[in-house]
Amino acid sequence: MTVTDVVRDRTPESGGAPVLEATGVTMRFGGLVAVNNVSLQVVEGEILGLIGPNGAGKTTFFNCLTGMYKPTGGEVRFMGTPLPPKPRAVVRAGMARTFQNIRLFGNMTALENVMVGRYCRTSSAAVTSVLRGPKFRREEAATRQRAQELLDFVGLGRTAEHLARNLSYGDQRRLEIARALATDPQLLLLDEPTAGMNPQETDQAKDLVFKIRDSGIAVVVIEHDMRFIFNLCDRVLCLVRGETLVEGTPGEVQSDPRVIEAYIGTGGDDDNGPADGAAEEDRS
Amino acid sequence: MNERITERLKLPDSVVQKYGRFGWPLGLAGVALVIVGAFLSWSYDPDVLGDLSLNLYPGGLQILAIIIALVSLALLLIVRGPLKPRFGPWVDAALGLRAAGTWLLIYMALIVAGISAEAGGLINVNPGGWVALLGALLLFAGSRLIAPSAELRDLSEAKVPSSLEILVIAVMMAAILFGAAYALGREDAWSFVLFLVFAGGLIAIGVRTGFVTWFGHSSIRNRKVLTLAAFVVAFFFPFTQGGSDANMSIATQVLIFAATAMGLNIVVGLAGLLDLGYVAFLGAGAYVAAMLSNSAFATIDWKPPFVVVMLCGAGVAATLGLIIGSPTLRVSGDYLAIVTLGFGEIFRLSMFNLDGTNGPLLTNGPNGIPAIPDLEIGSFNFGDTHEVLGIELARFSNYYFLLLALLAFVILVFTRLNNSRIGRGWVAIREDEKAAEAMGVNTFGLKLLAFAVGAFLAGLAGTIKAHQDVAVSPDQYIFLESAFLLAAIVLGGMGTVAGVLLGATILKLLPEKLRFFSEYRLLFFGLLLVLMMRFRPEGLVASRRRQLEFHEEDEELAVAVESELAEEVGK
Repeated sequence: MTVTDVVRDRTPESGGAPVLEATGVTMRFGGLVAVNNVSLQVVEGEILGLIGPNGAGKTTFFNCLTGMYKPTGGEVRFMGTPLPPKPRAVVRAGMARTFQNIRLFGNMTALENVMVGRYCRTSSAAVTSVLRGPKFRREEAATRQRAQELLDFVGLGRTAEHLARNLSYGDQRRLEIARALATDPQLLLLDEPTAGMNPQETDQAKDLVFKIRDSGIAVVVIEHDMRFIFNLCDRVLCLVRGETLVEGTPGEVQSDPRVIEAYIGTGGDDDNGPADGAAEEDRS
Repeated sequence: MNERITERLKLPDSVVQKYGRFGWPLGLAGVALVIVGAFLSWSYDPDVLGDLSLNLYPGGLQILAIIIALVSLALLLIVRGPLKPRFGPWVDAALGLRAAGTWLLIYMALIVAGISAEAGGLINVNPGGWVALLGALLLFAGSRLIAPSAELRDLSEAKVPSSLEILVIAVMMAAILFGAAYALGREDAWSFVLFLVFAGGLIAIGVRTGFVTWFGHSSIRNRKVLTLAAFVVAFFFPFTQGGSDANMSIATQVLIFAATAMGLNIVVGLAGLLDLGYVAFLGAGAYVAAMLSNSAFATIDWKPPFVVVMLCGAGVAATLGLIIGSPTLRVSGDYLAIVTLGFGEIFRLSMFNLDGTNGPLLTNGPNGIPAIPDLEIGSFNFGDTHEVLGIELARFSNYYFLLLALLAFVILVFTRLNNSRIGRGWVAIREDEKAAEAMGVNTFGLKLLAFAVGAFLAGLAGTIKAHQDVAVSPDQYIFLESAFLLAAIVLGGMGTVAGVLLGATILKLLPEKLRFFSEYRLLFFGLLLVLMMRFRPEGLVASRRRQLEFHEEDEELAVAVESELAEEVGK
């Protein structure tokens, strides 16, 4: 595990400045507790993995962080200030995400998709857009150029004019990342970035995440591909039934019997049971 | 789509193989007969369908038949003859001939039907008419025997000097100007319908031969030329009318309708919000202009310059848009449609009731505000007749030019917003609102902006409409008008400029020229919309992006759209 060795010094204990601090985040849907009292700290330049069996509440937790859901309990602080539960405000603050089920603007070109990502960092208003003064043209050209740079960065430079829906599955995932990067984030949340990829594409995705980290952006990754996670992350958090089961270095988490149990089960009761099991425990 | 229709029109292979060699001679004979027939007398009665009763002196409708015949002749010469080497690989002449045969047959059949209906019996059809009908039949049969053109090359690869492209655009625009003037000049319904069939035939031939595709490509390459040419043509239209105000009145109606529809196009076509009460914003502008017009019935005793009136009207409309939009744009889809529908009715009923008894005296209730004086900008009175270049331009011509400027402004706002950060945000919202929000797009603000801009533009149009109509009353702003505006957009093609202009023209012009069917116009338009939704849901002129949304599975189309978007970006 050479990777882990290299980046050991980026863990919170070593005193990197925290980018994101979530404390006691809880999300209830009626009687169902999807996320229960989960705390998380991400520091600058870190790659954090979020794992857990299906239904463990990983995506729900993401949605709480990015303002898609308003958490029923707990607090999310970004760069020291509390985040309002509005996706737009979260993006403006500097936290961008991708989606588990790809949500690109399919009938726009790759370039246009990334240009939409620049929306919150540009300011041309309606009147400016109609008048087309020099400021508008400068900003438009800058937007286009930055979008092209980002496409080059993720390796899609040659497909800029292709419609998003015509791209291959792996390219669509990379385009989503480029679109998220266009918002100039300090923290990037990736929801299953390698789902549906072949081993070769997964490898490229890993390199891409490292490249993003090296450009100074912290990354949180949800993933089911354990090899990917343990090769990539500085720290790993394992969620089961909406609660933190283990948190630690990839080596620690990998060897923890509880993690193995959570994934494979003990052969006893509801091994892969969704979060409603947790809900019942919580109520009692 | 193309292929499907070809399949349906195809004769069995065995027949084509056996008699295929007769196709070309049959077609040629048909064309010759039509041309000969057109120089003979068609009708015994000189008073029907214009004068078609003279030998060797073709009347208007006969010339139209000759034009289609000449086009068919050119296509025949492309199938086999001197034009083949030059045009053969590019022009789908066989399909074009089929379209020509079909439409010419319909045209001649309608001529015969028209003569016998107007003059009283088939006995009034002279030999020339029968000759031409026979010719059309021969062309129809012959065109179906001609084997389809093999190995057509992709039209986007066609290399044509740009000077020639510009020339073609200019010729097309001139033809449209001439055609529009000619169509408006047809007094009787038969002639008008026959002209529509003629125009439909030419368009069908253009589509089948691939000319329309090529013209589409070249107009993207020469967009500025096309826009300029279109406005030059529109500008010269009043000069073709020789001072006749009847047609100019229709033309101004079309322009107001088109400008309003264009504003609604921002709301519906770009941002994807269904607004069923849009005509209320037009009404708001019109009422403001009426109140500030110094009419004897106006309730406010203040007449500012017209520019101020325009800004007031548009401002009031935009404010109404913001008021109605801010609570309702949080709901989406069906709910928004219902709320805007209700808003339209609220507006109408408010105007109905602000009559001094049920509320403050603002609008004179059901009587409205009549006797609005003509506009006067500087010393230029819009009611007077002015002479320009020896041609008299009467009242409606004056309004026509003002409305043309307004339409140009609305189109400018539309296209510039469309091609900007704002426009990209709108498209993103239409594609996936959640994802747009998660990417930092201010979805609520942008939707509200679309609403306000749309309302503002409608308000502007309304201020001119009040003066041009001389009166405003609540019953001009009923739900049906909103529905018609929406129908123009859906019919023409959501989110496009050319499509909405076309849709607005069709919906406003047809009822005016075809008075006899005004009782059935709702039935007719309903039928038209149902057919459109079934066969061409993206509208007559499709925005390519929109077309994709309706034909998700069409990979070829997706690739075509890509290359087109690339062309546009390259500009």
